[in-house]
Amino acid sequence: MFAVLSAVSAWAIPVLLVFIPLYSAFRKVPVYESFVEGAKDGFQTAVSIIPSLVGMMVAISVFRASGAMDMLVGAIKPLLDLAGIPGEVLPLAILRPITGAGSLAFTTDLMKQFGPDSLIGRIASTVQGSTDTTLYVITVYFGAVGIRKAGYALKVGLISDAIGFLASVAVCYLVFG
Amino acid sequence: MVNWIWLFFLVTGIVVAAVQGNIDVVTKAVFEGAETGVTVSLGLVSVLTFWMGMMRIAEEGGLLRVLSKLLRPVVRFLFPSVPINHPAAGYIMSNMSANLLGLGNAATPMGIKAMQELQQLNPNKERASPAMCTLLALNTASITLIPTTLIAIRLNLHSGNPAEIIGTTLLATAVSTASAILVDRWYRRREG
Repeated sequence: MFAVLSAVSAWAIPVLLVFIPLYSAFRKVPVYESFVEGAKDGFQTAVSIIPSLVGMMVAISVFRASGAMDMLVGAIKPLLDLAGIPGEVLPLAILRPITGAGSLAFTTDLMKQFGPDSLIGRIASTVQGSTDTTLYVITVYFGAVGIRKAGYALKVGLISDAIGFLASVAVCYLVFG
Repeated sequence: MVNWIWLFFLVTGIVVAAVQGNIDVVTKAVFEGAETGVTVSLGLVSVLTFWMGMMRIAEEGGLLRVLSKLLRPVVRFLFPSVPINHPAAGYIMSNMSANLLGLGNAATPMGIKAMQELQQLNPNKERASPAMCTLLALNTASITLIPTTLIAIRLNLHSGNPAEIIGTTLLATAVSTASAILVDRWYRRREG
């Protein structure tokens, strides 16, 4: 299963890179010129993300370095213990939507401490792998088009992160527990 | 809501640092954070430039239209406000396909391109349209087939079966994507 899936992943891009230009060339598209034309937007788009990303990263960095994030995690931990979820993975529920690098580091730490094949290691891997960093995605995607009012998008992202976290824990209990 | 979260991070961070007597941490953290923001954005220059070029070829060759016609029911269901022939539909579908195939590098540029196309359909350029919120919800939940980074880390830590989390990840990602779609629907109804 894994071999098949990783082969698909490895082949997908090379196949696309042959297929897209070849197909379009048959349809009489000047492929190189249209590539260059489209690619022009890339730099501009990346630069337009800088302000939102710098703003968000600074706030997150201060929040983490000051120890405030650890305090928040410590405050919520007893709640999770009550629900029967191993308290060790709880910080991930908070870290995951906020910082991709931070939660990956935390997941790696948990696996070093408890072993990758422990229940905690498996739950952490599943939580980390099953969703993307909501705050990062919203900053990059809306930053790129200059949306100032995100509406309910952030709430939707955070609610589904919470559901995804609980689902990861439940699924791991069912499969490995 | 983003405003409040941002303010909360910044103010609580600085207050906690002050109370704990390590206020000198703050300045360092500010500049490190700013640097990360710039590094990440500039890191996107290469993939954005490349994939936006590639996607332009696909658009002009009519491939995006083919893709969105093939997946018409999905577009109809998730993005009722997007005309099936609009380039936005094609970019949305390619973003979703790239996510499914685990092509994170390609998925982000396609998603951003889809956002830009949706912005053209958006009557109020400062406020996210319902379609934009749905696209965002799908990307924050990000359906994943193979969590490659994690498998690599587990391998490094001598896991007996590094790939055993594929199944659980798949189930969890399906649940969170489904709930993202449902919650998004609920808010869309409530606001619309």
